[in-house]
Amino acid sequence: MKRTDDFQTRREHLTHLSDEALEQRFWDLAEKLVDPMLDLAHHNTTPSIERSVLLRMGFSSLEAKAIVEGVMDRGLMGKGAGHVVYKLAKMRKAAIRETGLKLAAGEGWDEAVALFKEAR
Amino acid sequence: MELKPNDKLNIRELLKDLDKYRPKRRGWTWREKEKDLKMGHFTYQDCAKPLEQSVPLPSAKYFGDIDPQPDSVITTEIASGRFEDDIRRMRMAAWHGADHLMVIRTAGQSHFDGLIEGTPQGIGGIPITRKQVRAQRKALDLIEEEVGRPLNYHSYISGVAGPEISVMFAEEGVNGAHQDPQYNVLYRNINMVRSYVDAAEAKKIMVWADIAQIDGAHNANATAREAWKVMPELLVQHAINSIFSVKVGMKKENICLSTVPPTAPPAPCMKLDLPYAVALRDLFRDYKMRAQMNTKYIESSTREATVTHVLNLMISRLTRADIQSTITPDEGRNVPWHIYNMEAVDTAKQAFVGMDDLMSMVQLKEDGYLHERSREIKERAVLFMEEVLETGGYFQAVEEGFFVDSGYYPERNGDGISRKIDGGIGAGNIFERDKDYLAPVTAHYGYNNLEQYDPAAKENPSTLIGGCTLEDPDKIIYIDELDETDNVHVRLEEQKDLMDTSKLKPEMEWRGDGIVMLNMFIPASRRVAEYAAIEFAKKMNLKEVEVIHKEVMQTAEGTRVELKGRVDFTVDINDLVIPPEPEIMSDDQIRESIEAQPLKIVAGTVGEDEHSVGLREIIDIKHGGIEKYGIECEYLGTSVSIEKLVDAAIELNANAILASTIISHDEIHYKNMKKLHEICVEKGVRDRLILVAGGTQVTPELAVKQGIDAGFGRGTKGVHVATFLVNRREEMAHEN
Repeated sequence: MKRTDDFQTRREHLTHLSDEALEQRFWDLAEKLVDPMLDLAHHNTTPSIERSVLLRMGFSSLEAKAIVEGVMDRGLMGKGAGHVVYKLAKMRKAAIRETGLKLAAGEGWDEAVALFKEAR
Repeated sequence: MELKPNDKLNIRELLKDLDKYRPKRRGWTWREKEKDLKMGHFTYQDCAKPLEQSVPLPSAKYFGDIDPQPDSVITTEIASGRFEDDIRRMRMAAWHGADHLMVIRTAGQSHFDGLIEGTPQGIGGIPITRKQVRAQRKALDLIEEEVGRPLNYHSYISGVAGPEISVMFAEEGVNGAHQDPQYNVLYRNINMVRSYVDAAEAKKIMVWADIAQIDGAHNANATAREAWKVMPELLVQHAINSIFSVKVGMKKENICLSTVPPTAPPAPCMKLDLPYAVALRDLFRDYKMRAQMNTKYIESSTREATVTHVLNLMISRLTRADIQSTITPDEGRNVPWHIYNMEAVDTAKQAFVGMDDLMSMVQLKEDGYLHERSREIKERAVLFMEEVLETGGYFQAVEEGFFVDSGYYPERNGDGISRKIDGGIGAGNIFERDKDYLAPVTAHYGYNNLEQYDPAAKENPSTLIGGCTLEDPDKIIYIDELDETDNVHVRLEEQKDLMDTSKLKPEMEWRGDGIVMLNMFIPASRRVAEYAAIEFAKKMNLKEVEVIHKEVMQTAEGTRVELKGRVDFTVDINDLVIPPEPEIMSDDQIRESIEAQPLKIVAGTVGEDEHSVGLREIIDIKHGGIEKYGIECEYLGTSVSIEKLVDAAIELNANAILASTIISHDEIHYKNMKKLHEICVEKGVRDRLILVAGGTQVTPELAVKQGIDAGFGRGTKGVHVATFLVNRREEMAHEN
């Protein structure tokens, strides 16, 4: 889009504002801009977020990658990759790390999927 | 491991036991400002606590070697591609006064889906891996002990792996990071929804680790065709990232705006840049300013870059800069070299210290052009946001190319960067959290159903797993190397002939690179000069010769050419003949000798030479000159003939003649020394007079070859000359 500088006509509604009021308006608008993005972030997750959760749970980057791929393949991202490991470990009364390593190696996925199906 | 000022940092030693290393501390550190700081003869108002060990500015020797440190944190960006060589550069930079060591990432890391591991070599930066970060943080933990000031370590949390990098940084004690989803969207074409969802998580982790954040708005300056026209949008970009961060939980004093004075000379830059700087600091008064340098207009002239930087530094001083970044003046011609990181840090230190307490004397006008112009920029920014909202919000506006348009908003040129909401890297990789979504870890952003397992875990989600790596670093899984051929051990092995041996090779970027720079004036037109210069360098046996800068002096008369090339041989320290450092007697010893036997000298600047400062420094008591030992000095002034000097010495029955010889054109300084010796011989007084000559271009060995007793070059002080006079008089007593 091309447009010539129409600042003088556009600014009419701002001319009467004090510097303080202009500043307030600046920040009000900025908040309005970012609120929808924060809302999106609140309700969604991504592979990188889930890998970052697994890192914090004590997995290496390589292990986290393998687990998250498994979670995505089985449609469990909405549960949280950390949740999949946690719930399976809890169920098996096994350690978090041991459980996650098995998932990373491709084992135990059917059980994991079943666990979350029951919950639905 | 402990560092000693006269020992090199041992990289091999540093890499030992890295798997067990834990950072000394977390979080960002500002400098400790000291009001009424007294150093040498002066009192400073805008300076911080001095360093325990440092390299002061070159001219500090005239001021008692003081090294005042400005109150702004000073950044240097280090990016050679080999982290092991960068560590040595970081130590040098810390000694020069940098306390924000920023590490540039290798090309393409933004698009790497996950963490990189090991220590591969990078291009234009280093691959940011846990091992490299840990090694550098460990080195900085040692270096900060050495200089006596905390050092902030910094890199980038952007790209498609932002949250993971953020976790690794939090675990490894990184203190500062760039984080701005707009950078991903506009310049890396990473999907915009993904970028904002990831950003919230990444920022939340930064909050936990107290990592200071720098945004990415300065990139718009560098990208827009006419950078000074994007000022309204820059305010909008800063606002979006700042308020988004605040809403995630970041404290405002950890949010630093990356701001660049948008233009540079020959544009009237102060007139354009200052109102913008004022508008920004007005609107963002609660936030921190990270003042970046303008690089958009930097060409290959390091001089021109430095002047632009100094003008930028002046804007920082006239307004505010909590972090003062520096760009190496060679950025426009090569990947920055060691020496230019030091130059840039020194430029910031020098300019700031020189402008100490400026604002107690000058004031920015609160009316007239400065206010009107800054108000106008703010209004244009408000209009920008109004239209973004009318369009349907941020994502829609990005699609419609609002950002980085080269028009002065509301003017639009239709050349903005446009991205699709459902396009870009990582598109479609966003998953809605189910009702039972869970993440049992600390510093997780957004919906997290902890109640399903333990309502008490709401306060502290990681209690579900007995603590995560943020509470218990022993849970971190450390990967050492993944690539057998591309790693630090292989590189160090290749350099082993130059490590802990007596072999030396010059370097600019990497150990053993052999790169040297040559500066030439060629009396020919630009293109002829360029190709002639290359030929000269080749005949000097330099390999891989490349012209890095040329500047016309006059189209026909000549051209200045700077070249780089590589030497492929080493020099053995054991084969060097190094003359001993000049001997210095204590003040008391000299005084004692003069008291026992008075000593008289005559002095003057010889030939047609009006320089007087150097000789006065050697003689005058107020400069610590030889008068203070009781030596009687007869100063004859400047442009004194040699005959007159010798006659005066005879007439006054002096013990010595001190001749100052500053002008060195056509070797006149050495010719005059020879003449001094010969006239004394002629007049039959040579064996009873000590002849001494000094000057900035004097090489002691060459001076003695002219027949005089001693020559003194740059850096000479009264005590050197007095020591020599006393010793020589003693020797002569034995000779006669």
